[in-house]
Amino acid sequence: MAILGLYNYWIFIILMMCGFYVVISSGNLVKKLVGLNIFQTSVFILYISMGKIIGGTAPIIVDKAVVYSNPMPHVLILTAIVVGIATTSLGLALVVRINEAYGTIEEDEIHAQDREEAL
Amino acid sequence: MIAHLPALQVIIPLVSAPLCALLPAGRAVWLAAMTASWLAFLIAVLLLDRVLAHGPISYLMGGWPVPWGIEYRVDALNAFVLLIVAAIGAVVITFGREIVERRIRLPESKQSWFYTAYMLCLTGLLGITITGDAFNVFVFLEISSLSSYVLISIGRDRRALTAAYQYLIMGTIGATFILIGIGLLYVMTGTLNMGDLAARIPAVADTRTVHAAFAFLTVGVGLKLALFPLHLWLPNAYAYAPSVVTAFLAATATKVAIYVLLRFFFTIFGSEFSFETMELDRVLLPLALVGIFSASVVAIFQTNVKRMLAYSSVAQIGYMILGISLVSVTGLTASISHLFNHALMKGTLFMALGCVSFRVGAAKLDRMAGVGRTMPWTMGAFVIGGLSLIGVPLTAGFVSKWFLVVGALEKGWWPVAVLVLVTSLLAVIYVWRVVEVAYFKPAPEGQAPREAPLALLVPTWALALANLYFGLDTSLNAGVARLAAQGLLGVGQ
Repeated sequence: MAILGLYNYWIFIILMMCGFYVVISSGNLVKKLVGLNIFQTSVFILYISMGKIIGGTAPIIVDKAVVYSNPMPHVLILTAIVVGIATTSLGLALVVRINEAYGTIEEDEIHAQDREEAL
Repeated sequence: MIAHLPALQVIIPLVSAPLCALLPAGRAVWLAAMTASWLAFLIAVLLLDRVLAHGPISYLMGGWPVPWGIEYRVDALNAFVLLIVAAIGAVVITFGREIVERRIRLPESKQSWFYTAYMLCLTGLLGITITGDAFNVFVFLEISSLSSYVLISIGRDRRALTAAYQYLIMGTIGATFILIGIGLLYVMTGTLNMGDLAARIPAVADTRTVHAAFAFLTVGVGLKLALFPLHLWLPNAYAYAPSVVTAFLAATATKVAIYVLLRFFFTIFGSEFSFETMELDRVLLPLALVGIFSASVVAIFQTNVKRMLAYSSVAQIGYMILGISLVSVTGLTASISHLFNHALMKGTLFMALGCVSFRVGAAKLDRMAGVGRTMPWTMGAFVIGGLSLIGVPLTAGFVSKWFLVVGALEKGWWPVAVLVLVTSLLAVIYVWRVVEVAYFKPAPEGQAPREAPLALLVPTWALALANLYFGLDTSLNAGVARLAAQGLLGVGQ
C-alpha cells in the first residue's frame, strides 16, 4: 500500500529518468529538447504532489472546509513552468540557427563538419 | 533610499534591461547600460561598507515578514561577491561598445538586444547573490543562465551556436537538479527561507529525503560552476562567445555558482552536516586536484588562446574547490579571496584578448605573432594578468595561492601544497607560450596591427592595475574574505 500511496512520486522518478535518458542518448538536437522537457515536467509533478494533502480542498475560505492543500508549491512551480517554456523556446531558436549554419540538426554530423573545418 | 539599497541592487539593472531594448543601437543604449551597471557597482560598494560597519542587513521584499515573504540578506560573504560581480559588470560594459558594434554577429538594428541580455544576466547574477530565499536562487539562476545562452550564441563563429546549445542542455539539467533539491528540502522543512532552513534541517537531517536533496544540490551546483568532470560545456562556451561576453562570464558566472555552493553547504546544511555526516570533502578534494592538474595540462596544448584560458578557468575553479574542501578558515579564505582575484585576472586576460582579436581578427596563437611589439599596451596588460594567474608575488593571484598553500600545510597535507605549486608552473608554461609568440616571433609580412583603441585599453588597464594594487593592499581581498570565511564556519570574529 505504501508503494501505491506514493504513486505520484514513482511517476516523477520514471518520467525524470526517461527524460534524462533521452537527453543523453539522442543525437538529434530537437529530440534532446523533447527529453529535456519531459525531464523538467517530471519536476512539476514532484512539486504539485508535495502540496496535495489527502482530503484537502483548494485553499479558498468556504464553509465546511477543514483541511486545505498547500498552495505554495503550486505557486512555485508556476514560475518553473514559465522558465521551462523560456528554455524550450530559446533551445528551439538555437536549433533553427544551427540548422541554418550547418544544414543539419544531427549531433554527429555537426561534429564531423567542425572537425573538417579544424583540419 | 539607503534602507532600500538591497532591492535597488537588483531592480536597477532589471529595469534597465527593457529600457535598453527600447533604445536605438549606438551610443544611447550603451550609455544607459553603462549608467545602470556603474550604479549597481556604487550600491554594491555602499552595501559592503554598511555590512562591514554594522553587520548583516536583512531586507524584506515588499515588507512581507520572513516566512511568507522573500528576504534579501546581505552579510560579509555576499556583499563581497556582489562587489565582484557589479565591478566586473561595470568595467566590461564600459569596454564592450566597440566590440559589440564591430565584432559580434548581430545586425546593427538588433544590437540593443545585446545590452538587454547583458543587463538581464547581470540582474540574475546579482539576484542569486543577494537573496536569502532558496527558491529565489533558482529563479535568478535561470534569468542569468537564459540570458547567458543568448550572449554566447551571438559569437561570430558558427560553433558559438552549438556551444550555446550544449550549455543550455547542461545548464538546464543543473538548474533542474537544484530545483529538485530545493523541493525536497521544502518537503521536509516547509520553508524556503535560508535562515529557517538552516534552523530546521538539523531535526530532520538523518532522513533519506534530506540526503537526496543534498546530492541533487551538489550535482546541480557542480554543473553550474563547471566542477571537473562536469565542466564540458565551459571550454567551447568561453572560446566561441564574443570576447566581451567571455570576459564577463568567466569573471562572474562561475564565481556566483561557487557562492551558491558555499551558501548551501555552509549556511543552510551547516559545515558539520556537509563535511562530517556527508563527508563532501572526500568527493570535492580528489575532483579538485584532478581538475586542476588535467585542465592545466590540456590548456598547454591549445592553439586557440581563448580556449586555453577557458581550460585554465576550469583549473582555477579547482583551486577554489580545493580551498573549500580543506574546511578551515584559511582554506575558505583562500577560496573566497580567489573568487575576487580570479575575476580580476581572467577579466584582464580576456579583455586583453578582446583587444587583440579586435585588431588581428581571431584569438589564435599563430595570428598573435609579433603583437607584443605592435600592440605593446594590450600585451602589457595581458602579461600582468598572466603573472597574476601564475601567482607571482606582488600580484593579486599570489594572495589566494598563499592562503591555499598555508591552508594545506595547516592540515599537514604537504602533497597538496606541492601540487598547487607544480600546477602553478604549468600555468607558467601556457602563459609563456602566448608571451613567446607575441614578443619573440616576427609579425607576418604585411600584417602590422595597430594598438587597440583607447576605449578598449582604458578598462583593460584599469583591471590590470587592480591586479597589482590588490597584490599589495590585501585588506579587501584577504581581509574581507577572512571575515566571510569566519562567518561561514561560525567561528569568532
